[in-house]
Amino acid sequence: MAERLLEVKDLSTHFFTYAGVVKAVNGVSFTLDRKETLGIVGESGSGKTVAALSIMRLIPDPPGKVVGGTVDLRGRDLRTIDDEEMRQVRGNDIAMIFQDPMTSLNPVLKVGNQIAEAIMLHQDKSKGEAWELAAKLLDRVGIPDADKRVNQYPFEFSGGMRQRAMIAMAISCNPDILIADEPTTALDVTIQAQIIDVIREMQERYESGVIAITHDLGVVAEIADKVMVMYGGRTVEYGPVDEIYYNAHHPYTWGLLGSLPRLDLAEKTRLTPIKGQPPDLIALPSGCPFVGRCIYQRPECRDRWPDLEIVGPEHGVNCWVPQEERLSIRETLPLFEKATS
Amino acid sequence: MSLLEVRDLKKHFPIKSGVLKRQTGTVYAVDGVSFSIEKGETLGLVGESGCGKSTTGRALLRLIEATSGSVDFEGIDVMSASGGEMQKLRRDMQIIFQDPYASLNPRMHVRDIVGESLKIHGIGTKEERKKRVLELLDTVGLSAEHADRYPHEFSGGQRQRIGIARALALNPKLIICDEPVSALDVSIRAQVINLLEDLQDEFDLTYLFIAHDLSVVKHISDRVAVMYLGKIVEISDSALLYDVPQHPYTEALLSAVPIPDPHTERARRRIILEGDVPSPANPPKGCVFHPRCPRAQEICATAMPQLANTGGDAGEKHQVACYFPARFEGGTRAVSDTPFMGASSGPQA
Repeated sequence: MAERLLEVKDLSTHFFTYAGVVKAVNGVSFTLDRKETLGIVGESGSGKTVAALSIMRLIPDPPGKVVGGTVDLRGRDLRTIDDEEMRQVRGNDIAMIFQDPMTSLNPVLKVGNQIAEAIMLHQDKSKGEAWELAAKLLDRVGIPDADKRVNQYPFEFSGGMRQRAMIAMAISCNPDILIADEPTTALDVTIQAQIIDVIREMQERYESGVIAITHDLGVVAEIADKVMVMYGGRTVEYGPVDEIYYNAHHPYTWGLLGSLPRLDLAEKTRLTPIKGQPPDLIALPSGCPFVGRCIYQRPECRDRWPDLEIVGPEHGVNCWVPQEERLSIRETLPLFEKATS
Repeated sequence: MSLLEVRDLKKHFPIKSGVLKRQTGTVYAVDGVSFSIEKGETLGLVGESGCGKSTTGRALLRLIEATSGSVDFEGIDVMSASGGEMQKLRRDMQIIFQDPYASLNPRMHVRDIVGESLKIHGIGTKEERKKRVLELLDTVGLSAEHADRYPHEFSGGQRQRIGIARALALNPKLIICDEPVSALDVSIRAQVINLLEDLQDEFDLTYLFIAHDLSVVKHISDRVAVMYLGKIVEISDSALLYDVPQHPYTEALLSAVPIPDPHTERARRRIILEGDVPSPANPPKGCVFHPRCPRAQEICATAMPQLANTGGDAGEKHQVACYFPARFEGGTRAVSDTPFMGASSGPQA
């Protein structure tokens, strides 16, 4: 039995704005074990980043507030510990890599300085030792001439190298959990491949659990062990990666998979997009947020959020369409015809 | 005859510095690009940031002036056309931009944005133009009530539809699509890709589709040209490019694209390129890819290889600029040790 690192239950984060309450995250639950990678997938505004920031207690308050749920880090509830303890958790237990490596590094401080700062904050090390370790970490994440590079400023680094430096900073205190928020979105595809490689290597070396937040279902297929699909602040489907790709139960997951052009398929198949526009987060229906765009919707969808239904090993879905009907609908989708033939 | 014929297109930007703004260097953004597009065809232009793909698109329309080279559109020399001639040409050559937020004037109604080109070219009466705008909105999947709104009232996908309606207004023959779906979410992206495909069938359009996303480019294009540091390194039928890529950069690019299928992903072998793309202000001597190339040999540092037919059954359909391209014979892949000098000529100057 793998060691459970994190257990999030019914997490809800709302933003109280002049225009109304934005329910950015609405009752989201998931777990993360050691050495495991959880992929959180969703489009802009689905709440995936806010969910991660809520765990880290980095939601700006006001206007944001975590309004419900528990975040259990190996027996400690991160929602109730004091600020000082939380500061120790950040970096030591959970570290985060952000999407844009240029804006998340301080442009007027040397890269080594920024990494050493994190080390000195959390470990009993002198300045010299911290800088030495910083250079070692840069080397570990694949930056050539790390001894020289450690004395350079972020603008002297390319995009891919900046992201490597961010990773070096994140792993500097050997955290149990690494949260990567769209770590490769700003990068070119060949550089993306390098960065994914580094994250994987570091995960293996430090035996961390990784939460990878992304909109790219290709990246998820590559790195995730299990996947959480989010839409409008809700988890619509959650399960092992193979279940999500080959045995998906939610119409939104079908829609996402059907929207993707496939590099590896020879024949030109027409994409099957999801109709309509993403929902207005201020005016979400009290039921399923996908209701406006779902072609299989029924009357109860608008008013009530469906209970979690277990449809396979560790595989859950929230949908009002009865399971039998879902399965027969799915058989008619071109996406799944291909998979079975 | 091809609809568009581009020969040896170059765009060099000067780097100026110092108080006197003397030229101290040159960015070789596009450095000798040649291709042609047939009527009704979609040519994909793919490459990573800074490879010159967008500059190429803009130079074709003379939105920026090329340094040298020729562009032939239906027999007309675009590069030497006068201002008036160019305006007429732009009726037939339109562009859709990447950023649906920055490319629409926030102070204009959608009606005026879409109808502006009709007005400039003096097409129809006011009433006719009004009707045409509504027709165009309908074509791209928007409704008449949208005409009197401002761009900020629309989502990204809808804005991109407005940009497409604007490009269609003059019944163009060629549309340059410059990363038209990169800023959009997955589900919306698929809607816009399908729309572009439908419009192509309906209006017999020709596309130059510029993007960095190889899966999108392969999906929509008949042929694909791969660019690296201002040069085309491989150009081919889109199916051939995936099945039998010959240039080492194409191979690496293809292998780096994650495929949304866990089984396929686990079985794949990934080629990870070392280092970053060099600066186009100081491109490597010889083949631009050789410092990162796993197959590079001495000759690669001497001169850029010519884009040449790969031979075999593909003929002109598949061209590659490499001394050591991968060969596929009888279903097996092999790389020769003797440099391939092209079917016709030697290294390019």
